[in-house]
Amino acid sequence: MTEDQNIGPAGPPQGSNCAPSGGSVDAKRQGWGDHSLPLLAVRGVTLQYKTKDHLVTATYRVDFDVLRSDRFILLGPSGCGKSTLLKAVGGYMRPIEGEIRLKGEQVTRPGPDRMMVFQEFDQLLPWRTVKENVMFPLRSGGRLSRKAAEEKALEYIAKVNLTPFADSYPHTLSGGMKQRVAIARGMAMEPDILLMDEPFAALDALTRRKMQDELLALWEGTRFTVLFVTHSIPEAIKIGSRILLLSPHPGQVKAELDSLPQGASAAQTLALEQRIHSMLFADAIEEPAPAEGVIA
Amino acid sequence: MGFVAEALPRRPEILREPISASEFGIVQKPLSAWERITNVGAVRKFALLVLIAVVWELYARQLDNPLLFPTFSATVIAFFKGIFGGDLFTKALTSLHVLVLGYAAGIACAAILTVIAITSRVGTDLLELLTSMFNPLPAIALLPLALIWFGLGTGSIVFVIIHSVLWAVALNTHSGFLAVSNTLRMVGRNYGLRGLPYVARILIPAAFPSILTGLKIGWAFAWRTLIAAELVFGVSSGSGGLGWYIYENKNQLEIPSVFAGLFTVIVIGLIVENVVFRVLEAKTVRRWGLQS
Repeated sequence: MTEDQNIGPAGPPQGSNCAPSGGSVDAKRQGWGDHSLPLLAVRGVTLQYKTKDHLVTATYRVDFDVLRSDRFILLGPSGCGKSTLLKAVGGYMRPIEGEIRLKGEQVTRPGPDRMMVFQEFDQLLPWRTVKENVMFPLRSGGRLSRKAAEEKALEYIAKVNLTPFADSYPHTLSGGMKQRVAIARGMAMEPDILLMDEPFAALDALTRRKMQDELLALWEGTRFTVLFVTHSIPEAIKIGSRILLLSPHPGQVKAELDSLPQGASAAQTLALEQRIHSMLFADAIEEPAPAEGVIA
Repeated sequence: MGFVAEALPRRPEILREPISASEFGIVQKPLSAWERITNVGAVRKFALLVLIAVVWELYARQLDNPLLFPTFSATVIAFFKGIFGGDLFTKALTSLHVLVLGYAAGIACAAILTVIAITSRVGTDLLELLTSMFNPLPAIALLPLALIWFGLGTGSIVFVIIHSVLWAVALNTHSGFLAVSNTLRMVGRNYGLRGLPYVARILIPAAFPSILTGLKIGWAFAWRTLIAAELVFGVSSGSGGLGWYIYENKNQLEIPSVFAGLFTVIVIGLIVENVVFRVLEAKTVRRWGLQS
């Protein structure tokens, strides 16, 4: 079996930093509060899944490190395995080669320390109100008392500007509002890392622009770590602090770049967009670059 | 691209300030009383019921043969006589008691079977196989066998009711579970839910529209199986239910009472369908927007 071998060129990850299992959780958390250590380490990860009549290799020996408070973007055309990679970090599938470590611990199954925000609008439980949806993961497993969970839920609902809708059922909300609830739900859990799988892809362009600004404003407030999947280059540049470019069929790392600081000029943005574009594909991108500055 | 822009004549820009909504007519206005009343389903259905009763009364009067087809008023009179003077009420209670017993047992069996079916592939195969084998089999056809196994009495009726409820509920619940969106499943697992809490807190609410359909179908099957079973061997059970009431009155040519018995079956069916299940629906799937 190759599962336990370390194939990635980056070498073994901070093995010495692993707190022994059973050690104090607080001590571990403090250890990974350090910005220099990777919060999430992906090493030589190869992912395969089966369709009805094919075995598909989605990614091949992908390596990257996500540091605390990163806004880390997985960018690539469809078929580059970026969503599959995110699912593997979420714990929904096991790599057949390589390993994924969160705070030094191998990811084996889904868990609330890696809250996911999906692209689909049906990710909220239809039988619960907005407030109950945000409270549900806080309550399940007896993490918080009812009162504490309610307070925290309302706090995060206020952060995404949905306080008037706290007692509405999801089917009465618009798509953008549903996504905001999902983001509030993810953030309220205060996960180690927030995983976002093209959360704005199903929104109209105007709402999408607004949601991107809101996400950045939220990040300014709490500096959470986020791993964000997108196929839109402008979105990657706008949202991300670091961008991983993947090539398709199967997904392999093409480059890992720093994005532009906020307030970069339109010309800089356009230049980076074109650079990424030429690195990724020869053919068209889905969202044309706007003429005016994206980050004005 | 370029030649299109040149071919089109340039037109002036139009800029306007929207006027305040208070300056023109209706933005939002309550519906009239008549519109609101006719929007209530219960009112419309009640009107239809009255219409059916009137047609029945008129036809029966014109036929003028109380032995074949008594009037609506005669049936209602026989109904109230049966309730207050006779034993119609106790008969109905007996029937309902057996029905609830069989219905609850059937749902419990269906729950066990469905949990087995979703936890393993063999379980799924088993459920599909058993359902396709037994679902088409009329429950009443099992009655002779049930009589041999469980003797005359409640036991054998409960057995045939379980048979009639089990397959409909199990099949609907299972297909409901299969139809739960993959996103919702992933959300549930993201919360760290597994095993029974996962089924109870994610799968069952998400599949509730199908489960409710199964429960409704199961209810109707159970009801008709019960009455039929009582008709067949009510003769030998002293404290028979509604089926036996109908049978007995037929033998005595008390046709209005036969109609009153049938009327009771219909009324109970209407109440359960339009009150019990309706309230359940309003509190769950409609409120959640899973069903309009």
